[in-house]
Amino acid sequence: MKILHCPINGPRPISEFIFGGEYRTMPDPDTCSDKDWADYVHNRSGGPGVKKEWWYHAPSGTWIIAERDTGSDQVMATYLPNSITKEATHE
Amino acid sequence: MPLRLLKYAFSKEHPDPAFFTQPDSLKHSYDAVIIGGGGHGLAAAYYLAKDHGITNVAVLEKGYLGGGNTGRNTTIVRSNYLTPEGVKFYDTSVRLFQELSEDLNLNLFYSTRGHFTLAHTESAMRTMRWRAEVNKHVGVESYVVGPDDILKACPQIDISCGGNAPILGALYHAPGSIARHDAVAWGYARGAYQRGVDIFQSTEVWDIKTSGGKVVGLNTSRGFIATNKVLSAVAGFTPRITDMLGIRTPIVIQPLQACVTEPMKPWLDTILVSGSLHVYVSQSSRGELVMGASLDPYELHSTRSTLDFVEGLSGHILDMFPFLSNVKVVRQWAGMADMTPDFAPIMGKTPIEGFYLDAGWGTWGFKATPVSGKTMAETIAKDQAPELIHSFRLSRFEDYELTGEKGAASVGH
Ligand SMILES: Cc1cc2nc3c(=O)[nH]c(=O)nc-3n(C[C@H](O)[C@H](O)[C@H](O)COP(=O)(O)OP(=O)(O)OC[C@H]3O[C@@H](n4cnc5c(N)ncnc54)[C@H](O)[C@@H]3O)c2cc1C
Repeated sequence: MKILHCPINGPRPISEFIFGGEYRTMPDPDTCSDKDWADYVHNRSGGPGVKKEWWYHAPSGTWIIAERDTGSDQVMATYLPNSITKEATHE
Repeated sequence: MPLRLLKYAFSKEHPDPAFFTQPDSLKHSYDAVIIGGGGHGLAAAYYLAKDHGITNVAVLEKGYLGGGNTGRNTTIVRSNYLTPEGVKFYDTSVRLFQELSEDLNLNLFYSTRGHFTLAHTESAMRTMRWRAEVNKHVGVESYVVGPDDILKACPQIDISCGGNAPILGALYHAPGSIARHDAVAWGYARGAYQRGVDIFQSTEVWDIKTSGGKVVGLNTSRGFIATNKVLSAVAGFTPRITDMLGIRTPIVIQPLQACVTEPMKPWLDTILVSGSLHVYVSQSSRGELVMGASLDPYELHSTRSTLDFVEGLSGHILDMFPFLSNVKVVRQWAGMADMTPDFAPIMGKTPIEGFYLDAGWGTWGFKATPVSGKTMAETIAKDQAPELIHSFRLSRFEDYELTGEKGAASVGH
């Protein structure tokens, strides 16, 4: 069974987690073009590679970020999201 | 005796029937190049030649024909979708499938079984009624049936599903069928080859060259080809191709797994699908139960299979058929499903002139092999997509005009 390391609860089986998709920064809806907004809403970077992703540890209600290679399924790092969401709000 | 056998081995008198011969090398240029030798790419080549007389065409396949999702799918063919656009489109495909063995002069083992989508909840029953009405409106034979009708078609089923999820009714779809998947790919390949199309296996496309927003050629593992028209029909590899051109799409890849049991005497002659239990099952002409479940839960570009999958699937199949508890699963595998947010495909023209996309086939594209081949061939020949696939264009995501098929597509492939 595949194990994901939760920063709060330690190593847990991946079946306890829900995949939340790629971590993306939202363009400013007041200033971006309709085209850019549609791109943000629908399009994804679908190719294989290392991505930052949202994962939700359901039993403990914890959202985390995992850096994972979507080609090899190797997880490089997991951490709580506050570090990058803080960064994002300053962008 | 053994000597006589040996004579046959060396004799050229009875050669292997070859479906096509691969040319030694690529031509310098083609009128159109198709990336992907799955059912879709080969069907497009066939109809380009047959319907439009365009035969200076190459199909490039990096592995072997049908080795992608075509040869990994559970071959359910049906048209009981949710949107009128979807129902019309898939109905056209079912009709093409019904004539296809004759058209290709190859026995595709096309077998009309009838298809039950089981409902275990009132809300599922509501979706079944909705689909039945849309289907009827478009002229497709689907109607809602009760537990008695299900038991009549399949007396072996435990209608209470072990008391866990009693079956309240089903959407019955008379034309639901199964077929031999690799035969479909090979039949189209032979038909295209006979009309002059070049087919190359073990030939990978590395890069697509453009100039001024137009396609001018491709780099492949066998060298450069000049061409102004390229069709990408690569299912689970689509993002890698669209990345070559900087085209953005909503496609995300998730594995979809399936398995078969050891062969049994024939006992199941319909196709059964349960969205609530996440399973579907049919019995192949060899007697194996062909079974599948829903998508793997996260993005992954891999065809690895998992124990989680067989464990979960077996549990649900046993809810429906407790008597299968001693039957062995003999093979399991996975394909890479190219998923879209509205569970509808992405077909037609793209922002790059001469680059055509046939993708977003996720867990449901085998049934569309004939119609997608036909409509993509027309799109390439006329540089304009026919009305039938207008709702599947890539630009629908920019226009917020999605074609919501999730209620008819998830699990019931
Ligand atoms: C387990 C499973 C069950 C399914 N069950 C059903 C079902 O019951 N009913 C249904 O309708 N659909 C089903 N599907 C979906 C269906 O299999 C696919 O949508 C359909 O087969 C796609 O066909 P295709 O020809 O587009 O792609 P594929 O058959 O995947 O062919 C694409 C080909 O492109 C080649 N390729 C990729 N990149 C390159 C490159 N750079 N250069 C050259 N070649 C390249 C690949 O090697 C591959 O052979 C299922 C899928 C899976 C995985």
